[in-house]
Amino acid sequence: MALLEVKDLKVRVEEREILHGLTLTVNEGEVHAIMGPNGSGKSTLSHVIAGKPGYEVTDGQILFKGEDLLEMDPDERAAKGVFLAFQYPVEIPGVATMTFLRTALNAQRKARGESEYSTPDFLKKVREVSKSLNIPQDMLKRGVNVGFSGGEKKRNEVLQMALFEPSLCILDEMDSGLDIDALRIAADGVNALRSPGRAMVVITHYQRLLNYIVPDFVHVMSKGRVVKSGGKDLALELEASGYAQFEDAA
Amino acid sequence: MNVAVAKTGNGRAVSDLFASAEGRLPGSPSVIAVRREAFETYERLGLPHRRIEEWKYTDLRALVGEVLPLAANPDAVALKRAAEAVKAHAIAGARKLVLVDGVFAADLSDLKALAAEVSVKTLREVLTNEANPAAGDLLQTASTDAVISLNAAMATDGVVVSVADGTHLSAPIQVIHVATAAGASAFTRSHLRIGTGVRATVVESFVAAGKAGGYQVNDAVILWVGDDADIAHIRLMDDAPDAVNVTSQFVTVGANTKLNFFNMTTGAAVSRLQGFITFSGEGSELSANGVNLLQKTEHGDTTLVVDHAVPNCVSREVFRAVIDDRAHSVFQGRIIVRPDAQKTDGKMMTRALLLSDEAEADNKPELEIFADDVSCGHGATAGALDDSLLFYLKARGLPEKQAQALLIQAFVGEAIEQIADDGLREHVIGIAERWLERRS
Repeated sequence: MALLEVKDLKVRVEEREILHGLTLTVNEGEVHAIMGPNGSGKSTLSHVIAGKPGYEVTDGQILFKGEDLLEMDPDERAAKGVFLAFQYPVEIPGVATMTFLRTALNAQRKARGESEYSTPDFLKKVREVSKSLNIPQDMLKRGVNVGFSGGEKKRNEVLQMALFEPSLCILDEMDSGLDIDALRIAADGVNALRSPGRAMVVITHYQRLLNYIVPDFVHVMSKGRVVKSGGKDLALELEASGYAQFEDAA
Repeated sequence: MNVAVAKTGNGRAVSDLFASAEGRLPGSPSVIAVRREAFETYERLGLPHRRIEEWKYTDLRALVGEVLPLAANPDAVALKRAAEAVKAHAIAGARKLVLVDGVFAADLSDLKALAAEVSVKTLREVLTNEANPAAGDLLQTASTDAVISLNAAMATDGVVVSVADGTHLSAPIQVIHVATAAGASAFTRSHLRIGTGVRATVVESFVAAGKAGGYQVNDAVILWVGDDADIAHIRLMDDAPDAVNVTSQFVTVGANTKLNFFNMTTGAAVSRLQGFITFSGEGSELSANGVNLLQKTEHGDTTLVVDHAVPNCVSREVFRAVIDDRAHSVFQGRIIVRPDAQKTDGKMMTRALLLSDEAEADNKPELEIFADDVSCGHGATAGALDDSLLFYLKARGLPEKQAQALLIQAFVGEAIEQIADDGLREHVIGIAERWLERRS
């Protein structure tokens, strides 16, 4: 059974159809890149999988481990193992990062019927992961993402990914707003999380990110559909030729 | 005003309230004369209503209807229930002064521990001292309205605390008002006199014993702070959900003093805190933080009048309200800058978080400026919880209610963070968390 099956998905936002029948299958352990020009529907796909309000699914389905994802609230999806790394992580003043991390982790564990982490175990785990991501401890005491640089915000997303141990990670434009050094640190963090039991969907406009996170499969989206799929070489091909050919094809 | 006003909702004459209680109201003959006069003022005015500007949004006649009869003196059973409530609401490390149904309870108070640092008397003790010709002054205040007059007439007890010059209190003082009686009123009046150079934290908590409810509280506090002092004054109005609490406080601030005032309302069907704060010495700073946490059909009003009577003082008011269901929050802030009060820096801000379509917030900021070299202003924001923040938290596994609670805590936390004492801050956070748990 596939980990994620998106079948003929049609999605509207305020009466306008954005996805016109999108199909995508992701198996455990695979890394898929979704590329495409602005407005092709890449971010819409990630939002619909995570359960963001404001999108109306008019047709098709999304199965996650064989279950109907569209029937679940966003928090249930998270507890089942879906993680969306936000393109623009929000700032939450007044909620300390540490409090947020523990509350979220324990909420997910509770939803799965697992015992809550003890404080020492939790702290140990956070310290380990944040050290590997080069996240200073004092950052964790601040409000969630408050005053963080673009790179710090993305590293905070990767930190959460490492803590929550999701089986599906969707990285929405992880490279936006990052310089090369920041991108490398974040990408190293992501690569460290690649495992046979975990799949990733990397959404990006640019091929650059895929030099750091090398995908198994590349899909090109245009006008709300996947118009071409292939191996990692497809990304290089796109880099050379651009998206124009697909815009015509779609 | 008119004869009809002097009747309560069920037709009982208002004067019965005083007549039936008079035998229990402490005071020498001169004090009783002051009480009579105050009651006549109340009888003439009746309960405040919406046609009185200061009470426009809190029409006590419509919201409360009538003043309930004076609560009985607490008996052994009541004191036992009060003791349990005190245990549940005591702040770790604080020294307690307890009033039960408007009567001081020495056995529940930490008089011995307090005696080393402060002088404590009861209002009853001072009012009944026939050798003190000025005892009646304790029932007089600069401004009077109907509820303050009623308080002067009916106050059964309170604490009279004075802190000598230069004292640094080693622990906060917590005055706990416990209601054990249902369907009755408690009237209390306390005086706090704080000397030069004092550092102190004074907390007042309003709580119900067990399931006590439907009671009314009318409290008055007269706080006088000397020069060079650093004072935190905290009020925690955590009454039963069907109670009524109207509190008036009069504060005089000396020179070069810092006063941090904090109020949090988490209970009562109808509550009003009206504060009258006057700067009487230059170079002082007031920071006032108010938090109204309201749900169901609760009505919570905070009215602050800050009077810059002298130059070079700073006042900062930040008032937050979290309003759910059909609750109604009122904030009225007035900053008065007297003609001589140059270099006054006075600002107020209100922030309302509306959790339901039917929640209501009324803000009335007023600036009365008679000096020309001042910096004064006010601002207001109102809105719902931010959807993008809610989604982020839900996408990380927090169920809707928990995500909301975390954001509400953050909103309220900005005010609570101003409380310096660790134990006290934790205590206040605990009250806010219990309020969140009560949300349906």
